[in-house]
Amino acid sequence: MYDIVVIGAGVSGCAIARELSRYDASVLVVDREEDVCCGTSKANSAIVHAGFDAAEGSLMAQMNVRGNRMMDDLARDLDIPFKRNGAFVVCIDETQRDGLNALLARGEKNGVEGLRIVEKEELHRMEPNLSDDAVCALYAPSSGIICPFRLTIAMAECAAQNGVEFRFNTRVDALLRNAEGNWHLTTSTGPIVTRYVINAAGVYSADFHNRVSTKQLHIVPRRGDYCLLDREAGTHVSHTIFPQPTAMGKGILVTPTIHGNLMVGPTAIDIDNLEATATTAEGIDTLIAGASAYVKDLPIRKVITSFAGLRAHEDGHEFVLGEPEDAPHFIDCAGIESPGLTSAPAIGEYIGNLMKEKMSLREKSGWNGIRKDVLKPVGIDIEKRNALIKENPAYGTIICRCETISEGEIIDAIRRPLGARSLDGIKRRTRAGMGRCQAGFCSPRVMEILHRELDLPMDEITKSGRQSVMVFGQTKAGGGVIR
Amino acid sequence: MKDYEIVIVGGGPAGLAAALSAKEAGCDSVVILERDSVLGGILNQCIHNGFGLHTFKEELTGPEYAARYIDRVLEAGIDYKTDTMVMDIAPDKTVTAMNRTDGMFTIHAKAVVLAMGCRERPRGALNIPGYRPAGIYSAGTAQRLVNIEGFMPGREVVILGSGDIGLIMARRMTFEGAHVQCVAELMPYSGGLKRNIVQCLNDYDIPLLLSHTVVDIDGKDRVRGVTIAEVDEKNKPIPGTEVCYPCDTLLLSTGLIPENELSREAGVEMHPVTGGPTVNESFETSLEGVFACGNVLHVHDLVDYVSEEAVRAGAHAAAYCLGNVRASRKEDTITVRATGGARYTVPSTVQCDRLGDLLTIRFRVGAVYKDAYVSVYLGDERVTHLKKRVIAPGEMEQVILKKEQLTAHEGLKEITVTIENE
Repeated sequence: MYDIVVIGAGVSGCAIARELSRYDASVLVVDREEDVCCGTSKANSAIVHAGFDAAEGSLMAQMNVRGNRMMDDLARDLDIPFKRNGAFVVCIDETQRDGLNALLARGEKNGVEGLRIVEKEELHRMEPNLSDDAVCALYAPSSGIICPFRLTIAMAECAAQNGVEFRFNTRVDALLRNAEGNWHLTTSTGPIVTRYVINAAGVYSADFHNRVSTKQLHIVPRRGDYCLLDREAGTHVSHTIFPQPTAMGKGILVTPTIHGNLMVGPTAIDIDNLEATATTAEGIDTLIAGASAYVKDLPIRKVITSFAGLRAHEDGHEFVLGEPEDAPHFIDCAGIESPGLTSAPAIGEYIGNLMKEKMSLREKSGWNGIRKDVLKPVGIDIEKRNALIKENPAYGTIICRCETISEGEIIDAIRRPLGARSLDGIKRRTRAGMGRCQAGFCSPRVMEILHRELDLPMDEITKSGRQSVMVFGQTKAGGGVIR
Repeated sequence: MKDYEIVIVGGGPAGLAAALSAKEAGCDSVVILERDSVLGGILNQCIHNGFGLHTFKEELTGPEYAARYIDRVLEAGIDYKTDTMVMDIAPDKTVTAMNRTDGMFTIHAKAVVLAMGCRERPRGALNIPGYRPAGIYSAGTAQRLVNIEGFMPGREVVILGSGDIGLIMARRMTFEGAHVQCVAELMPYSGGLKRNIVQCLNDYDIPLLLSHTVVDIDGKDRVRGVTIAEVDEKNKPIPGTEVCYPCDTLLLSTGLIPENELSREAGVEMHPVTGGPTVNESFETSLEGVFACGNVLHVHDLVDYVSEEAVRAGAHAAAYCLGNVRASRKEDTITVRATGGARYTVPSTVQCDRLGDLLTIRFRVGAVYKDAYVSVYLGDERVTHLKKRVIAPGEMEQVILKKEQLTAHEGLKEITVTIENE
């Protein structure tokens, strides 16, 4: 029996797991996918929001501002890149100025530091590729960019190194509380018993909540399409450029990513299918038109991929954190949509404190919050790099030419705790396959390494788990070695 | 690391021919840097025949064609390093590369020949809507999986794009027992060679759907099906024409992109149409002593032309190292201009006194022309007027001018290549 089971290994679930790993408690994280960060956490704007947008006094505002403040230390401890590149909410019309002032006032009340209105001349000097129509903007210097995969993976690895267990490919089908007050979970990989359940199931969080509480939650999957542009376009803007927010969200932004690409998106389309992450032609057209209103000469021909994610939009647009009155020992972490990524460290802390109190948890000795990322040879000086290659020649072989990723990094990503088991797993840990050729060059090579390292038959190697196999067996004559 | 006078970046057909030619032209200090484990480049996975008709007057497979050059490179004792990735080319021609045994090393070269080839345009760059499952491969990646690795990337196949690799893979997958349902092509004409349409599609009853494109991809894990629609004259899908093809694989053959990241970082000027460097008559880029040939320069249809170009690039690189080249004089430069249907020319500029006896100008057109003329003007004077039954974007065209024609034209500033109806 576990003390706590967390359902969902997204950014919230992993942040909670890392916080819980501080305590003397047996903790298990389950996820239906083959890896962490496979749902909402993998397809979003990758922004560490400043916090001027969330309603004053809301839990969302509180978590956003706190999460933003925690990010520098966390990124340092977890050895992941994070940059405060600053954001502009841009007005292209004087009539929008009142809205901007309201946003400024709300931000200040939320405790966001450094906010100010920037007028036209300074604005265009700071961001030359803004539309000529831009008249003024709210400047938020504390806004930042981060890699959502790295953040989630790093928190999960840190949790794992401190004793948290993870079980993947495990779908929770039913949960019942027995007479002793323990939860019995029926899952696709067998039964699990636990004292507490934490519901961090993303777009499925309402579904789990509604099975145990009469106070129903309603979550709509709100789809967002994105385009990711080549690194050649990565300096088109240096800040994150927002339009003014609406009831549907923060609007279509244009931003550099932490890895130097340019990203445009998202759309905001409410749908009824919790799995429908397909992009549509209309969606892509909408975001190109939307972004072009604020940023001129958008180099949209430099698109290298497009994707869509689902936000778990709760009707009240508020994070639902805590124990429902009628469902003891069931802790919600539901309705986590933007600014969920930013808020994750704060949500982890909040739930961690809550559990500490409820279960009278004691901090364990020897907890280690430091985690090292996959060793990246790019950027280290030539002598050190050659010493590294001499020690481990795999660092001398480049597997992904677009992102300059060596075999050594890929092997590291496979062998570390919660290591990669699929092409996407490798991609999210190392960026191999994330570049302009979109894995055309490296995928056969990465498959070969997965085959060798994990002793996986070639026809069982997947893009992203389940049935996403890459090949269907050998060719007729003289085929490759499957096993 | 030993220094070399000429560094050849890439050991495919362009790099091999350039190395041989440089050596034959008198430069003994040549090294080929190749990222794959063997020389030969993409030819190694092109196991079909049809290579070398121009060069060897016989039909060879890709590996056989490559072997003829590899054998000569070995005989000539030209140095090469495989499994070696070039990381950087500095404007002063310092080449930084890396491999398992030497680690990261630099070579201070006098001349560099860019011969990195090209890559395929991926699904993402096409903005095809839908899901992002496994089973979407560029045709060349699928070709590598089948021909080099020996694995089947799929069983029920739809192909988007009628580039040559896509057409070749339609036949190859059929040979291996897969079912190729159709090849959809956005344009109203094929992007590949006529002979490949006949030999790879028609002979196996694989339909070619011109003016069609993929408008949706279904499948969360592995491809489950693709939806294909007809497009209008602006290449926009026509509502109501969608047809769903249940399949497990989508192969893409929608264009090749010269692979010029290293060239760009070195500061080499790029041609806006080809995606390769702009070069002069000596295949020299805007950086003195940096030459380019093969698919990194412009995408070819036949490897014979790659080899021929590379021979000249290699010889010019050797001449440059040996100090046999007069410095470029801006006032003597003749611009070569493509217009009226011709999309670009290689070379972009010519200096007569650096020319051999002949000037070969290669180009491609942007649409299909029937019974039209390829015309060349020296200034205002038309000197070539060649009737062709078909001129198509999928096939590279060339015109050859004699040096005397150019020198006879005093004060010549511009050569124009154009397509005329009469």
